[in-house]
Amino acid sequence: MRNYNLTHLEQLEAEAIFILRETAAQFERPGLLFSGGKDSIVMAHLAQKAFAPAKTPFPFVHVDTGHNFEETIEYRDAFVEKLGVELIVGQVQDSIDRGTAVEETGPDASRNALQSVTLLETIDRESLDACLGGGRRDEEKARAKERFFSHRDAFGQWDPKNQRPELWNLFNGRKGPGENFRVFPLSNWTEMDVWQYAKIEEIELPSLYFAHEREVLERNGSLLAVSEFVTPRENENPSTETVRFRTIGDATCTGAVRSSASNLDDVISEVAASRVTERGSRADDRRSEAAMEDRKKQGYF
Amino acid sequence: MTEENNYLDMDLLRFTTAGSVDDGKSTLIGRLFHDTKAIFEDQLEAIERSSKKRGDEHVNLALLTDGLRAEREQGITIDVAYRYFATPKRKFIIADTPGHIQYTRNMVTGASTANLALILVDARNGVVEQTRRHTFIADLLGIKHVAVCINKMDLVGYDEKVYQQVQQEYRDFASRLENVTDLTFIPISALKGDNVVDRSENMTWFEGPPLLYHLENVYVGSDANHVDARFPVQWVIRPHSDEHHDFRGFAGRVAGGVFKVGDEVTVLPSGFSTKIQKILSGGEEKEDAFFPQSVTILLEDEIDVSRGDMLVKPNNQPRITQDLDARICWFSGTRKLAKGGKFIFRHTTKEAQAIVSEIRYKVDVNTLRKIEDVDSFDMNEIGRVCLRVSQPVFHDTYRRNRNTGSFILVDPFSNETLAAGMII
Ligand SMILES: Nc1nc2c(ncn2[C@@H]2O[C@H](COP(=O)(O)OP(=O)(O)O)[C@@H](O)[C@H]2O)c(=O)[nH]1
Repeated sequence: MRNYNLTHLEQLEAEAIFILRETAAQFERPGLLFSGGKDSIVMAHLAQKAFAPAKTPFPFVHVDTGHNFEETIEYRDAFVEKLGVELIVGQVQDSIDRGTAVEETGPDASRNALQSVTLLETIDRESLDACLGGGRRDEEKARAKERFFSHRDAFGQWDPKNQRPELWNLFNGRKGPGENFRVFPLSNWTEMDVWQYAKIEEIELPSLYFAHEREVLERNGSLLAVSEFVTPRENENPSTETVRFRTIGDATCTGAVRSSASNLDDVISEVAASRVTERGSRADDRRSEAAMEDRKKQGYF
Repeated sequence: MTEENNYLDMDLLRFTTAGSVDDGKSTLIGRLFHDTKAIFEDQLEAIERSSKKRGDEHVNLALLTDGLRAEREQGITIDVAYRYFATPKRKFIIADTPGHIQYTRNMVTGASTANLALILVDARNGVVEQTRRHTFIADLLGIKHVAVCINKMDLVGYDEKVYQQVQQEYRDFASRLENVTDLTFIPISALKGDNVVDRSENMTWFEGPPLLYHLENVYVGSDANHVDARFPVQWVIRPHSDEHHDFRGFAGRVAGGVFKVGDEVTVLPSGFSTKIQKILSGGEEKEDAFFPQSVTILLEDEIDVSRGDMLVKPNNQPRITQDLDARICWFSGTRKLAKGGKFIFRHTTKEAQAIVSEIRYKVDVNTLRKIEDVDSFDMNEIGRVCLRVSQPVFHDTYRRNRNTGSFILVDPFSNETLAAGMII
């Protein structure tokens, strides 16, 4: 007899594709937030599968802090070209120049919080009514209650007490003027699922995710890559190490891990043995216990 | 298969947890996470820091499962939180719901996608009102598997008699349930770890497996409906390219049954019949599709099909009516459900309008008694109503198929989701 069981990855894939199609159907102009990180790459891959052989019916949106790893931008441009989708870039620098965002000062300044401003401005400028994000509920405590369809008020704010219940396969994307949604097709995925799925689907990921030699320095418990954005301070001694990244974000605060994992199989074994979460290496989440929740309320992804 | 790539063969279990405050739900989840290595060092450090700040005596594993700041301040969990852990056999998704009376809606939400309900009972208190309410909601939402963990066995001297007595109390009221077919009892101590991951040395009289073994092995594959073929169309794929000039694919997620290439299908509501020409998944051809796969179906004849339509088999059609008899759970704190109330009705991929034509009764979720002669529902109330929908609804009873038997009601003014409904 035919066996009607699906593996966990097949079930997660079916669910994510359902959400992506629901987003296309329920919104006028959705955009897919593409950061060049593994989650957004997997989401983009799923979007391609969801609408094949047609092109993905929404533009990709990149909120660019200007503090990028070179590899990320190269990857992004090649990826978008391969898929033949439109790319919309919102520059944090433009928000700063306009005066709508103010650069942080001080030793641990980062543009992470400013991304929210630029994202909201980009949503407005492009009249996007839904933004697909690669966020996962396992990433951080505040995300555990996030919905697939996350409602944002006219100020782009998320109200954790006023989120719509989500039952069965029924998603309510109705909204008032000026309001919009964040949609998270990978809600039920864990970091491990993402790596495993990338492996079985043979998704090519940026080289930053695999072991390479890089000049790094240790700051606040994170291993940061030395670059034009991160320069050694007094008492900091950069050294060249074999590292890789578990997440890729703003170069000023994305920590590397020492690793010799040079392919997906190695990465999967390493994550299985790891005792630290991927966000544990991100300086931005360490600032305060409720850091993520605060940023979300302000319209962060 | 090596240990390295066993994930190619892992499946998925979704379960919901419920218990009264202090029954030990957070401790149990913390224990499962800890013993399956789903807690990471940085998370442990973070909760150690907050435990200290709060002045707790020891590391409070409950903080691990307590999401938002408002809750941490009030020291309660107020919403459904989804949590994840995995063993080499299965990935688990927990819908963790709070136990307070005012949050019936959260329990309903968490239960709607779960295969199994894990219910905690404090061995010292036995079955209490909330135990009955949680069980009733799990049953109402069509959950077939219930695992009752009789917790804090360490506080009753690991006494088999206590376990037997609580089990009997539970069985007495559970005989009235409609959907639960698999009822499993496990005596545990979440705090000490007895029968959670490893078999307890303190309760050798218990012959069943520990909780984690049960969760890893409980068979849920036959819970889904693989008989009645239902395919709600979600989106029509038209590439508009030279290469795929005439391509018209109907994208959706199979809501029940099996579809094969060559099968004859009927399109609802038009009633036209044709055959399946191709089934695609991510652009690749497949021979069949079944619940809960997301696929794209191509038909042999050119028939007008759009979102909200449904593909079925000519000899096995769903019920098609505009009048529905349903159980509902009312979610809203600002609007009441009353006779004549008008709502947006969402069912499968279809949206229509619905009017409440009759309110039949409410159910007291603690005693399961019917309350007749009611004219409105408040937040967290459950009961039975009749609806008149603006268009024919292609549906099955909720008992037969969760996907084609469920709906939500949405407020046309505020756009809030007001109620969850299960068709009878
Ligand atoms: N002795 C004992 N205490 C327990 C057990 N499980 C939980 N507790 C304690 O009961 C209290 C409430 O537990 P908690 O997990 O916070 O309950 P929740 O409100 O259901 O999440 C805490 O003080 C726990 O340490 C158990 O199996 N044995």
